[in-house]
Amino acid sequence: MQHDQSYTGQDFKVVGSRPKRPDGIDKVTGRARYGADMSAPGQLVALMLRSPHAHARIVKIDTSKAEKLAGVKAVLTAADLPDLTNGNAGDYATLENCMARDRALYDGHAVAAVAAIDKSTAKKALKLIKVTYEKLDHVTDVDEALKQGAPQIQPACDGNLGGRYEFGHGDCEAGLKEADVVIEKSFKTGQTHQGYIEPHACLATVGPDGSGELWVTTQGHFTYRNVCATLLGMDIAKLKVTSSEIGGGFGGKTHVWIEPVALALARKANRPVKMVMSREEVFKASGPTCASSMDVKIGAKKDGTITSAFIECRYSDGAFPGIWGMLGGMTAWACYDLKNCQSVGVDVLVNRPKVAAYRAPSAPMMAFGVESTLDMLAKELDMDPVQLRLKNVAREGTQSSYGPVYGPIGIEPTLEAVRDHPHMKAKLGPNQGRGMACGFWFNIGGQTCSDLNIGVDGTVNLTVGTIDVGGARASLSLIAAEELGISYDDVKTTIGDTNSLGHNDTTEGSRGTFSSGMATIFAAREAIEVMKSRAAQMWDIPIEAVSWENGHAVATGAEHGNLPPLSLKEIAAESPTTGGPIAGHHEVTADGSGVSFASHIVDVEVDPETGRTQVLRYTVVQDAGKAIHPDYVEGQFQGGAAQGIGWALNEEYIYGEDGCLQNPGFLDYRIPVCSDLPFIDTKILEIPNPNHPYGIRGVGETSIVPPLAAIGNAVSNAAGVRMDQVPMSPPRILKALEQA
Amino acid sequence: MAGVHVSTTVNGDPVEYVCPADESLLDVLRDRLGLTGAKEGCGTGDCGACSITLDGQLVCSCLVLGAEAEGKKITTVEGMADGENLHPLQRQFIDNAALQCGICTPGFLVAGKALLDRNPDPSVEEIRYALAGNLCRCTGYDKIVRAVQAAAKDLQKQKK
Ligand code: FES
Ligand code: FES
Repeated sequence: MQHDQSYTGQDFKVVGSRPKRPDGIDKVTGRARYGADMSAPGQLVALMLRSPHAHARIVKIDTSKAEKLAGVKAVLTAADLPDLTNGNAGDYATLENCMARDRALYDGHAVAAVAAIDKSTAKKALKLIKVTYEKLDHVTDVDEALKQGAPQIQPACDGNLGGRYEFGHGDCEAGLKEADVVIEKSFKTGQTHQGYIEPHACLATVGPDGSGELWVTTQGHFTYRNVCATLLGMDIAKLKVTSSEIGGGFGGKTHVWIEPVALALARKANRPVKMVMSREEVFKASGPTCASSMDVKIGAKKDGTITSAFIECRYSDGAFPGIWGMLGGMTAWACYDLKNCQSVGVDVLVNRPKVAAYRAPSAPMMAFGVESTLDMLAKELDMDPVQLRLKNVAREGTQSSYGPVYGPIGIEPTLEAVRDHPHMKAKLGPNQGRGMACGFWFNIGGQTCSDLNIGVDGTVNLTVGTIDVGGARASLSLIAAEELGISYDDVKTTIGDTNSLGHNDTTEGSRGTFSSGMATIFAAREAIEVMKSRAAQMWDIPIEAVSWENGHAVATGAEHGNLPPLSLKEIAAESPTTGGPIAGHHEVTADGSGVSFASHIVDVEVDPETGRTQVLRYTVVQDAGKAIHPDYVEGQFQGGAAQGIGWALNEEYIYGEDGCLQNPGFLDYRIPVCSDLPFIDTKILEIPNPNHPYGIRGVGETSIVPPLAAIGNAVSNAAGVRMDQVPMSPPRILKALEQA
Repeated sequence: MAGVHVSTTVNGDPVEYVCPADESLLDVLRDRLGLTGAKEGCGTGDCGACSITLDGQLVCSCLVLGAEAEGKKITTVEGMADGENLHPLQRQFIDNAALQCGICTPGFLVAGKALLDRNPDPSVEEIRYALAGNLCRCTGYDKIVRAVQAAAKDLQKQKK
C-alpha cells in the first residue's frame, strides 16, 4: 500500500514525552545479553593470529603443529576461504581484510585462526602456527603515501590514490579576485577510533546441511548475513543472524571483521564457535576513522561576504580504498550559501587498518579546516564569528555546495540560538577562551521493514530490523502508540532477527528512528485499516462509514451517529471471530531524510605550564526535526560532543617507525573520562522534516562534527596562537606556545 | 594446568568452582558461573566495565584471579536489586536515561554504589573523580552524574 509520507503537523499526545525505556531493567540488572554474553553447549573458543608487520608478503603458513595439538578442532587460513566474490571489489576487500591473502597490509591484519576447546588451548595453538613473512616497505602517513616512490599498497590503484572527488559550483579563482581578504591555512587531524566499550564478539554455528546461525554485536544483522553468506557460499535464507544487545558502534559495527572467520571455523569443526576480540585487536584491526591533512583558502569582502571557498582534504583510508573523501567533500561547505565554492576529497591508501564509518564519517575533519579558517577570517575582519557565519548562512532555497537545493533547514536557527544563548555571556578568566563552530550531516533513509501485531488484549508487538543502541525501542514504541492512539505501555518493541523480517539496511546514517519510524507509522496505518473493517463488520455498516480517531473506530454519518466508538481493545477482543489476527506490515526504501545542522559553543582553559586543556562549559544546539524521546536525543548530542572533545584534545593513533601501532589500549589511547568533562548543555530545535509524517530528521551523528573546530577555536583564543592540528595534546600546545 | 578449587560467596550465595590458576575472576564469573553482568571492555584494568566488589572493595575483576576469591565475598551487578525492588541507583539510571548502549552500566552501578556506600552525599566533583575509572563512550557522562546525584538523594530520604 502507498502511504503519504509528508509531514502531518499534528499535535502529539505521547511523542515528545520521556517514558522509561523498555529495556532499562534488563540493562541495569545485568540480564541484557550482549555479543560476548551468549554461549552454546559444546562451543569452541576461537582466536586470531595477526601480522606483527605493517606490510609483508606471506611466504608460507605452516599450521601442521597447531592442528596436531590436542583440543584444537579447526585451523583456518586464507586457503580455506576461496574467493567467491564474483568480481565485486567491495566484497573482495572485505574478504581480504578478514583474512590476509598473499600479503599482510597492516600491523594486526589477520593471517590465521584457530578454534579449540578452551582459550588456553587456542592460545597455545596460535604459538604453534609458523608464518614466514618477507617484510615490505610500508607507509602510514597520508601525505607520504601520495609521494612518488611510496610503497604501493594495492596493485590495482594508481599509486596510493584510492579516489578523488570534487564538489562545488561557481569559480573560486574569480571569487578570489573579488575578495578584500584571503586566508590560507593547512590543517591535520589524527586517526581516532570509535572506541565502543564492547569489543566485537559473536557466536557462530554452521551445520553440514549448510544452515547456520550467528549471534553477533552489530549495527546491521541483515547486512552481516548477506556479506557472510556471500563470502562463505551459503544461501542467504539459511543463515539466521541475531543482533545481540550492542555495546556501542558509532559506525564501527557496520562492517564484518571476525564473523566470516568464526562461521568458517564453525563449519570446519562442526561445532559452535565463540570469537571475541581483545581490546588490542579492536584498536589494531577494527574501526578506525581516517587521519587527514587539508588545505583551505577563503576569500571575503570587508563586510564578511565570502567570495571564494576552497578546501582539499586527503583522508587515510587504511589499506583498502573507501568513499571517505567523497563524503567529506560533500559536507565541507554545506552550512553556507556561497557563490563560488569547491571541495576536494581524496582517498589515500596507507598501511593502517581498513577504515570504517565513525559518526558522520569524514565530516568532522572538513569542519575542522573550514570552521577554523572562518574564525581566522572573522579575526582578520574584526567581526564576530557568529555574525560572520550568519552573514553567509544557507537557508531554504540555497543551492547547496554538494548539489541539492535546500528545503527548510536549521543552520540559521542554530546560529541564532547560539548568539542568544546565556553561555555566550559567561565570564572568561585568564588563560580561558571561547570557541564556536557549525556542522552538517546528511542523514540517510534506506531499506526498512517493520511488523506490527495486535494481541487479543489490545497490546501491541512491534518488530523492527534496525538496532537499539541508545533508546530506539522507546522511541519506536512511542511512535506506534501515537499512531494507534494507545498508551506507550501497551507497545512492546522487539529487534527482529533476519528470519523474522525482510531486509533492513544497516543502522547507520542516523536512519534508525527516521526509517523504522516511518515503516512503523505505515504498518500502524495498515493495522488501522484492518481494525476499521472489523468495526464495520461488528456494527454491520459499510467500511466507508468508519473512521479512526484517538485509538477508536468511530461510525460517521447521521444514520450511524448513535453507535458508541469501539476502542482498539474492544476490536482486538473480537478479532478471533471477525477474521483472525490483526496485523500491519510495511516495507519501504525510506527516502526524504532530512539534513541536519548543529552549532556548538565551548569554553576552555589552557594551562600554559603543562599545555593541558580543561573544558569548562559546553553547549550543543542542534535541529532534530522532531525529538521523539528528548532524553535520548540529548544523549546523542552529549555523546557526540564528548567523542569530539576526545578527538580534539587527546585521542590519536600513534605509529612507530616500524609502522606498528604503539597505543592499542585505553591506557595510552585515552578517551574522555568522567572527571575530564563538564555537564554538556543541550538545546533541541525542531524544524520539521517535510518528508516524514512526524517531521523526524535523524540525530545521531551531527553532534560530532563541530567539536574539533569549536575546541580548536577556543584553545586558539585561550592560548593566543592558532592551533592547526588535532589532537591538541599538551605537547602540541606547548610547542605552539613556544613558537608563538 | 591443574585446576584450583575455590569456595566463595557470590551475591550472598555459597559458590564453589574449579578454575585454572591463571584464570581471571571475570572469566570465572562469566564463563563458569554464568554471571555475564560484569563485562570485559579491555581486560587490562582501564575501563571499569568488569567492576565488582570483593569483601566490599571495588575492584576490576579482570585484574583479580579466580583463585584469589577463596573465602571472600563477591558482589556483582546481579546482586544489586533486592528481589523485584531495584536499588535506587538502578532506578535512577533508568529514570535519568543514564544509559544508551548500556554496556558500561553494570560497572557504573557497582562503582556508583561503592561511592554512595562510603560517601552518602558526594559533590559533583567527588562523583566525577570516583567514576573516573569507568569509561562510557555513549553518554558524555552528563546523565550518569545526574543519576548518581538523584540516587544519593533517594538513599538519604530512605534513611530519614
Ligand atoms: S575489563 Fe576490567 S577494567 Fe576493562
Ligand atoms: S552507555 Fe554505552 S558505553 Fe556507556
